[in-house]
Amino acid sequence: MTPINPDQLIVQLTQWALSFLDSYPLVAVLVAILLSTVPLVAVFPICFAITTWLERKGLARIQNRIGPNRTGFLGMLQPIADGIKMLLKEDIVPKTSDRLAHFLAPVVLMVPAFTILSVLPFNRNMIPAAVDTGVILFFALGSVSTLAVFMAGWSSRNKYSLLGGMRAIAQMVSYELPLVLSGVTVIMMTGSLDTTKIVAQQQLSEWIQSSNAGLQCLGQIIGWNVFTPWGFAGFLIFFVASLAEINRCPFDLPEADSEIVAGHLTEYSGFKYALFFMSEYVSAFAINGLSTTLFLGGWSGPNIRPPWSDDPNALLIPGFVWFFAKMFALMLVMIWIRGTLPRLRVDHLMGFAWKFLLPLAIMNIFVGGFYYYAPRWHGIPVVGWPIGFLVMYLSYECIGRLNRGPKTAQRVYHYAS
Amino acid sequence: MLGIGILKGMAITAKNFFGSFVNKRLLPTLQYPEAGNSVTLFSRNIPFLVYDNDEDPLGTMRCVACKICEKECPPQCIYIVMEKDANGKPAKRPKVFDIDISVCMGCQICVEVCPFESIKMDSTFELSTPDRFEGLLLKREHLLKSNTYFHKIHPDEAQEVDDRLAAKQKKPAPTPSTPAA
Ligand code: SF4
Ligand code: SF4
Repeated sequence: MTPINPDQLIVQLTQWALSFLDSYPLVAVLVAILLSTVPLVAVFPICFAITTWLERKGLARIQNRIGPNRTGFLGMLQPIADGIKMLLKEDIVPKTSDRLAHFLAPVVLMVPAFTILSVLPFNRNMIPAAVDTGVILFFALGSVSTLAVFMAGWSSRNKYSLLGGMRAIAQMVSYELPLVLSGVTVIMMTGSLDTTKIVAQQQLSEWIQSSNAGLQCLGQIIGWNVFTPWGFAGFLIFFVASLAEINRCPFDLPEADSEIVAGHLTEYSGFKYALFFMSEYVSAFAINGLSTTLFLGGWSGPNIRPPWSDDPNALLIPGFVWFFAKMFALMLVMIWIRGTLPRLRVDHLMGFAWKFLLPLAIMNIFVGGFYYYAPRWHGIPVVGWPIGFLVMYLSYECIGRLNRGPKTAQRVYHYAS
Repeated sequence: MLGIGILKGMAITAKNFFGSFVNKRLLPTLQYPEAGNSVTLFSRNIPFLVYDNDEDPLGTMRCVACKICEKECPPQCIYIVMEKDANGKPAKRPKVFDIDISVCMGCQICVEVCPFESIKMDSTFELSTPDRFEGLLLKREHLLKSNTYFHKIHPDEAQEVDDRLAAKQKKPAPTPSTPAA
């Protein structure tokens, strides 16, 4: 029996449980699959509930309101009340809709939302599906949601739904490019599509394995990709593009409620609507999980080796704590953005993706390449860092200036002054 | 620099978020049934009829049923029938004075046009009723409220009105709008 290691406790427990089934390989496989999928399906809906509560409370405070406060302490049971309300509502299907597609759309949206979670490393050795090409799988499955949204828009036989679906396709396809390209930089630097390797590359293993607690802590942080010029730019591009990818404010054009009722959700009610809602949040979690993995060091965070352990890789705080902390932090930023920015216009949305984010992401790839080959001094990128930063900053300014529209004359008000 | 505006906006929302925990001004919500209401001296919603003597509401009401307010009310929600005495002579007071408060829009025009300072704006607001037809049609008896009450809800305005009435009493000049009967 290996010594107790808080970091790996869950993994060790699983292995211990599975060791009883050694003589029944088939059952062992089934149980292993269940043990890695059931937590996903159990944990993320809970996260979803917590996030809806956080969002309601946070937005309320931003707008100088109190928010839900009648259901339980601080309105914490609000998600349950919402869920009951959703379940009890009548499921209305338009008479002339394409019934099969209308029924399938929420399901088709939910399956990839949960599936892509399985390539995220929540902790060391804690990845539901250790795929060598995890990042590719994530993007490939993630883009299935576009199909589901369009299915919903098309099958409802409602002009608003269709408009929403068309907007969704245009938006998701456009933003897929900067999203993937900013991820490409990380893949290039790591030389691997494997999410576990990408996380491992962001940890300084010599520091972590040293005996100094401060170094152990720092070694878990200093290597994050976000602290490099290409990583920082890539993280911002990725974050903005992911906002658009999951239809969140300020890119929520597919369901713009003040323009096209609720877009592709117009004809949905009851539980199907709830499914849409949940898949949206779960994919938000998934994409935040991926940006955590790619840029924010995945499950690594300020952490030390437990004093009683002599395993050089053992850690005191389980990695998934940091992973979820970062994921929720990104979620909070999304809520904050939702409380701040108004919705974009459709042409601005397209222009922003194709004329601003895409060139910037391509520039970022070059900067990443330069950073990789630039001479280092004792392993410190003394040349790559400042020059890379400067180049990224200048291209940001230049592309921004090039995108400036023609100056319109100042509007003159004759009667209101 | 590009994007500074967004950061400024984010700073403002963050300020509102954190400020709402410490600054009362940034969280003005009143939890209504528990924490009272927000009726102030400036609240006005539906009209009421003023009478002077607390003992005799019907005898001392100021309204003379001239029907000016009925004609001026934009949504036409006032209905007045003048009382007639035994000989069929108009008694200069309303027999029926109804205001449909589901129609009244609280514009205060009736108050502005009344030459007798008889109709004034109220600030009561708990008017919900399970009966949306009869319950929202306020009759003369519901509308009549004393001058004391008027002093209570809008003291300044009530004092002004009292002064004006007293001045009128001192020199009973023949006003064209109230021909002596
Ligand atoms: S205008 Fe004044 S006096 Fe005339 S009917 Fe209306 S409330 Fe009565
Ligand atoms: S407040 Fe306006 S709407 Fe209401 S009764 Fe008076 S005149 Fe009519």
